Amino acid sequence: MGFLVNNVQVLFAGLALGSIYALVALGFVLIVRATNVVNFAQGDFAMLGGFAMVAFLSGGLPYWLSFVLALVVLGIFGIIFALGVYYPLRHRSFLPVIISTLGASIFMQNTALYIFGPQPRAMDRIFKTQGIEVGGVFMDTQYLAILGFTAIAVAFQYILFERTLLGKKLQATSQDKDMARLVGIPVASMIAFTFIYSAVLGGLAGALVSPILFVSIGMGSIIALKAFAAAIIGGFGDIRGAIIGGLLLGLVESFGAQYISVAYKDAFAFLLLFVFLLFRPQGIFGEKISEKA
Amino acid sequence: MTNVSASNKPVPAPERSTNPLDPTRPRAPNRRRAGRIIALIVIATLIALIPFIFKLSPYVLNIFMQAATYAIAVLGMTVVLGYTGQINLAQATFFGLGAYAVGLGTVVLGLNFWLALVMGIGVAALAGFVLGLTTLRLGGHYLAMITISFQQIFNLVLVNWSGVTQGPDGVSGIARPSLFGLRFSDDRAYLLLCTVFLYAAMYFVWWLPQTRTGRAMRAIRENELAAEVTGIDTLRVKVIAFTLSSALGGIGGALFASGFAYISPDNFDFSRSVEFLTMVLLGGAQSAFGGVLGTSLLIVLPEWLRFLKEIYLAVYGLAVILIMVFLPTGIWGLIRARLDRYKKPTPVDISAIATLDLDIPVTDPSPILSLENLEKHFGGVKAVDGITLEVMRGTVHTLIGPNGSGKTTMLNVLNGIYKATGGNIKFDGVDITHTKPHERAGLGIGRTFQNIRLFPLMSVIENVMVGAQRANNPVGDGQLALRERALSALKFVDMADHAERMVKNLPYGHQRLVEIARALAGHPSFLLLDEPAAGLNQTEKQKLGELLKRLKGHGLTVFLIEHDIGLVEQVSDTITVLNFGKKIAEGEPAYVLRHPDVMAAYLGETAHANA
Repeated sequence: MGFLVNNVQVLFAGLALGSIYALVALGFVLIVRATNVVNFAQGDFAMLGGFAMVAFLSGGLPYWLSFVLALVVLGIFGIIFALGVYYPLRHRSFLPVIISTLGASIFMQNTALYIFGPQPRAMDRIFKTQGIEVGGVFMDTQYLAILGFTAIAVAFQYILFERTLLGKKLQATSQDKDMARLVGIPVASMIAFTFIYSAVLGGLAGALVSPILFVSIGMGSIIALKAFAAAIIGGFGDIRGAIIGGLLLGLVESFGAQYISVAYKDAFAFLLLFVFLLFRPQGIFGEKISEKA
Repeated sequence: MTNVSASNKPVPAPERSTNPLDPTRPRAPNRRRAGRIIALIVIATLIALIPFIFKLSPYVLNIFMQAATYAIAVLGMTVVLGYTGQINLAQATFFGLGAYAVGLGTVVLGLNFWLALVMGIGVAALAGFVLGLTTLRLGGHYLAMITISFQQIFNLVLVNWSGVTQGPDGVSGIARPSLFGLRFSDDRAYLLLCTVFLYAAMYFVWWLPQTRTGRAMRAIRENELAAEVTGIDTLRVKVIAFTLSSALGGIGGALFASGFAYISPDNFDFSRSVEFLTMVLLGGAQSAFGGVLGTSLLIVLPEWLRFLKEIYLAVYGLAVILIMVFLPTGIWGLIRARLDRYKKPTPVDISAIATLDLDIPVTDPSPILSLENLEKHFGGVKAVDGITLEVMRGTVHTLIGPNGSGKTTMLNVLNGIYKATGGNIKFDGVDITHTKPHERAGLGIGRTFQNIRLFPLMSVIENVMVGAQRANNPVGDGQLALRERALSALKFVDMADHAERMVKNLPYGHQRLVEIARALAGHPSFLLLDEPAAGLNQTEKQKLGELLKRLKGHGLTVFLIEHDIGLVEQVSDTITVLNFGKKIAEGEPAYVLRHPDVMAAYLGETAHANA
């Protein structure tokens, strides 16, 4: 019985962690689809989300207001990012853009370091109660909140993309920019919107995970790496893949830490990635990669 | 090359140049070249001797030592990123492997430094080789991701496997080497040793682009698909580039460890990899000088930018973005462009170029190519749906059909860009259905593309030399032979006087001709041309028609896709018509072009009824 309870608990923690990866991976995949750009600063959106909340909370604002404001700040930041990092390089190959986002990541982390200092900041949890017990399984309320918000975000995104005109325009933009432009879709605005939305998703992940991980300038990098791994495992550029890949990675990590080694917990994600790249490089949902002549 | 003969015959074009960026540029007169080399040696010697001439503080010597060892690792980035166009975000790992090999080798195992150094280079190169072999076929985004993962795992191992790596405390007390009884314990002497290694690395990286492998690397950077189809084993060349880069990283790290006597995992983390990347980009990724320049700047810069204090790294991040936006070729690229403006390209003496040998003896009456029930499906779409076809030697065989009828797909299956879903391809009696594109090029299958695929940032002659260097090309191996072959091919398409120009500066019609010359330089027995007349004006089309007829006279087999029916009728021996991936007619032009099914396919069913 204890064995089962224990495993359910690990499963639960893994799903919560995986949700964070999934949220960041989702933002990452959306940008890839819209612009073919791999954004290495995606994790730093989460870091900024955490620090924005810390700033608002220490300014004395109520929790939920801080939460909403943090997301708004990230949305604005998304536009700045699109204009400063993506837009000037939009006609160049993927290499300069990747490098430019790496530069943005260094810039964001060190600006945060300058403003907030090197000490990790603690953040209040969403709910006052630490956890609830169901059938002997202790469930952390913050994990529950993470799972809940992720479910809402995924549902929201599904409705946005599949049921609204804006979603159709976004899809058209990601499939064929020239054609979209010809039928009168404002492609530049759609891309800007994608960056805003992705930044908000990253900020949401940061705000949710901060009470567990502490807010630190390096938190984004490690989340981002896992999220990229998740996106590739799921199938590069596939939205379902980002979610499933994220959850899978969270599970592998928490079970690996439980049964194999805590010290190497961060390595499991990368090992899983290597395995996928060797035997199924197109990921779970991905199409075969090929170039047209 | 000797000029003893008294005749005033023009000397064949020289094969090497003094310019590392553009290796085929003709050599300056020998005396000036010798002068330059001597000047370079004098400057290099003076730089190396600076510590012995001026009195430098140990702090400054340390900075120099750091710059020299980093620069060697950065030169590795020049090879992999600058020449080959592959991203590597794990150079600090290879640097670290070299450093730990020397650190642990000399301190824990008590090995001799030189043995540990060789071990370090070996371990780093092996790691690069294995990583490259398993992941380079993916390229692009994946490679970025994989190298970062590798970097992270390396750091986790360094920190956590403390039994071997001594964990976060690092390795201290690493001794300086000695050579022939001479100990490099003095910082100045050790710096001199690092400088000698750096010069050797620079020479190697400067020399590399002019070699066959170096040219192949740059072709991959410019257009990987075209490089493969032209006959370059792209995976092999990329793995070579990655291995060389890792080995250079290992050398730098090994010298670093002994220089600073202490190493810890912090020296080799992801941010160091990003630093190496920034150094190579800032200086200019495409030349050995750029890498060293970028390294020196980024190591000295923090000293000058002390006033920025805590925001230094933020400014650094911003600088990376600004470099990408405003300095895509780096500082050295900018300097180079300025210098090149004053350089006059030496005119090519066209009359001295030998006539291109294209002859393929046609003795065997069997078809050169036979397709049996060839299929290519994409999901449910049958782009090529069971084609059986024979192409006879020495003929022009043309494939026509409406848009989307599967012509280009068929060409892509023929030279191996796509794998056939079913059926088989026999070339010259050999089944090639499962071979790779570069292997098919090696058998004598040449190709041009509908949307031209050249190597834009290489000169015209270099583009064509890549074509000449395919496996089994009966033109000889040396650089001179390749160059002569390329010039002959250019002369054949009337482009020899443009040999030294950069391809990206050529007009469209000329680019088409260069692409054909690239294919011809490989002495193909079978040439695939995908809509060569597309986008050409009337005069250019006429020239193309004449060119195709000239080709026929040499026994070469041409497999042509073309929409210009006038041209098709003029040059074809046989025409095959495709529609919806199926063959609907085949035969002589006069017969096929008047075939009711063909007219229906092109003009629609009503036209058929009225006909």
